[in-house]
Amino acid sequence: MNFPRRFVFAAAAVGLFLLALVAAVVGLMQAGRAEDTMSFGDRVAAITMVTAFACVLAFAALRELYARYVQGSLRLAEEAGALAAHSGVRIGDYAAAELCAVGQAINQLAGVRDALEGDVAGRVREARASLEEERSRLAALMADLDQSVIVCNLDGRILLYNQRARDELSGPAEAGSAELLGLGRSIYTVFDRSLIAHALERLQPGAGDHAGPTGGAQFVTVTRSGRLLRAHMSAVSAAAASDGEVAGESSGKSASDAALTGFVLILDDITAENERDARRDALIQSLTEGGRGPLGNIRAAAETLSDFADMAPEQRERFLGVIRDEARVLSQHLENAANAFSNDLRVRWPLEEMLGAELVAAALRRIGERCPIVGRIEALDESIWLRIDSFGLLQALSFLAARLYDEYGIRDVRLALSRGGRLAQLDLVWIGTSMNNETAMTWELDSMNSGGETSPLSVRDVVDRCNGEIWFQRERASHRAYFRILLPIAEAPKEAARGKEPARQGSRPEFYDFDLFRRSAASQQLDDRPLAELSYTVFDTETTGLDPSGGDEIIQIGATRIVNRRLLGHEYLDQLVDPQRALSPESIAIHGITPDLLVGQPTIATVLPAFHAFCADTVLVAHNAAFDMRFLQLKEASLGVRFEQPVLDTLLLSAVLHPNQEMHRLEAIAERLGVSVIGRHTALGDAMVTAEVFLKMLPLLAAMGIHTLRQAREASERTFHARLRY
Amino acid sequence: MTKKVLIADDEPNIVISLEFLLRREGFEVLVAVDGEEALAKARAERPDLVLLDVMMPKMNGFDVCQALRADPGLAAMRILMLTAKGRDTEVSKGLDLGADAYVTKPFSTKDLVVQVRSLLGV
Repeated sequence: MNFPRRFVFAAAAVGLFLLALVAAVVGLMQAGRAEDTMSFGDRVAAITMVTAFACVLAFAALRELYARYVQGSLRLAEEAGALAAHSGVRIGDYAAAELCAVGQAINQLAGVRDALEGDVAGRVREARASLEEERSRLAALMADLDQSVIVCNLDGRILLYNQRARDELSGPAEAGSAELLGLGRSIYTVFDRSLIAHALERLQPGAGDHAGPTGGAQFVTVTRSGRLLRAHMSAVSAAAASDGEVAGESSGKSASDAALTGFVLILDDITAENERDARRDALIQSLTEGGRGPLGNIRAAAETLSDFADMAPEQRERFLGVIRDEARVLSQHLENAANAFSNDLRVRWPLEEMLGAELVAAALRRIGERCPIVGRIEALDESIWLRIDSFGLLQALSFLAARLYDEYGIRDVRLALSRGGRLAQLDLVWIGTSMNNETAMTWELDSMNSGGETSPLSVRDVVDRCNGEIWFQRERASHRAYFRILLPIAEAPKEAARGKEPARQGSRPEFYDFDLFRRSAASQQLDDRPLAELSYTVFDTETTGLDPSGGDEIIQIGATRIVNRRLLGHEYLDQLVDPQRALSPESIAIHGITPDLLVGQPTIATVLPAFHAFCADTVLVAHNAAFDMRFLQLKEASLGVRFEQPVLDTLLLSAVLHPNQEMHRLEAIAERLGVSVIGRHTALGDAMVTAEVFLKMLPLLAAMGIHTLRQAREASERTFHARLRY
Repeated sequence: MTKKVLIADDEPNIVISLEFLLRREGFEVLVAVDGEEALAKARAERPDLVLLDVMMPKMNGFDVCQALRADPGLAAMRILMLTAKGRDTEVSKGLDLGADAYVTKPFSTKDLVVQVRSLLGV
């Protein structure tokens, strides 16, 4: 057995101490017997003293040992407990080297654990960032798509949509600015339920044949505004949805047994396409069927003429007359058809916005490619944007330049783009020989055939199509001549300037909320659902006065939406209302809405149904909601809409949260909760502040044990009655 | 015995040729310029064959054909439909309604004459 040195020392010390004690006692006893110098009592006293001294010594040693090892261990245990609970805590130094060593070992373990924790946190952050990035990318992609995209869960609740869908499916303009499309809203307000159900059936695995869900289902439908839409529906499978991701089509791995959790709708507006197709069909039909009759007459007459050469002269003349007549009819017919067709040609060439400088640069390149011509810029206004058929215009410019080269040997042309009032002047300039006005006119009207390129259109056609004008001009003295093309100047396209975004909204509009995938059926009783899960319409009204039953009317409604605890600032309603009565000066002082602003605005009869549609399936939230609700309810009977939704009042909720505060005005609450107030006393501004206040209240209510709508309403009711009593 | 042919067509420019051709063939030719007249003449004159245009005012060729075929007394009458529309659906509609043959404009006059002769068994 190997004993550490400290143990040997300690054992030796204890041994020596005991030895010294025994030696002292024995010595004292011996001393008495030999010389009898000490009495018995003295000896007992001396022995007692020695023993007491030994006891004191032993106690001191034990206390030191207890403090070092026993108490030290307990302290170590406590510190280790704390260390287990909180990362970053470390165990300190101990008098006992052994405990120090244990502490260090624990510290080492904690270090390893903290590093691991940091690692995991880092990975979670990374994963979250990459998910966020993917979502941003998806949102950006969606925003730029030329097609409308809508993603829904199986209940038909909208989880994602893009700007295009918003533009195409928003209600008719005259019904206020109500939005039919919004996160958490039902797709069935836009599309017929049975239409979607039928398409879904075709998507469902196992429906019909064994093939399972294919690429998707198609249907064509008409929107409320009369647009014809072709919809392509594809499935979102369960596996993908549980990851919070959208998996476009459920093709691929085990698609057939993955349950549907939602669907993607891709919509194309085919109204114009359809009309064009219909016209083209009519054209083809008129060319084939319309041609048969006259052609049959001509043929019969011609064959008769040639087969019966012996007929009488007047008879012959009648047959020739038939041929002449019918040939003319047929020519006219063809002419009409060709005209109709060329109109359709125009339709197929949409105008696009283009920076003028880019057009000039492209034109110079193109001119140089066709002929040995040196093109130069004479003048260039770089700020000009044009709305043009750029392809046609480039063709026209290079056609004219090539013709100048072919017919007059002009090798040096210049382009100038300048501003003339509200129009842009695009000049093709050259110096030297030039033609007369008549020749220039024929150039403008000839089909553009040059350098191996042919087009049925003329320069004039292209310019007409761009809503422009063209003419030829020359300055005899300077031998300078030019074709001038006048074109309307377009607005410079704004960066992602689509729709009207309120300033309050953050970096990018939130057009998606995949968490809605996890939401259960909409039919669930609202009362028992957690506040955090509900969709809210937060609104405010401005009115002509404070007395609705005395004839005061609403003059402005502002509303926004909260879905899954997010304020959807871009889904809003902001509508002035013609109250059909005078405004009092006092009320103008509050809301700043003057009578001239209300001229031409819709009346409440139009706005209230639109607002009603806007807040379908949501809980209403307002500050001092009783006031606003009174205005709404007074209109219910006459307008045939009913606001039966549950209502929450931020004023009452504030009283629930802070019963000891005197002030429950919106500003005061906003200040208490740290919400900055901008744009107060516009209905939308107040609705936005109310919404932010409400969002801040949700966690505070939860801390008080108020989680569900029912609890919130009951608590509100209690304070309401409490306040009434005072 | 001379065979009697009724031409029912509202377009004089085709009637000229048809009338000339059929007279040259030695038939007795009658002309009707709308559907009602065609039906009346067919009942009154009992022609051996009717050249029936589809697109006619007052009553179209299909209806005339149907009315003629509903009369058992006229069962022997041959009906040849003429049309400027060449859709398959129309051809089979005409034949299903009881026409003996169907000719689409523009047609060869020789072929038409051959067809008329064969329908009349001449």
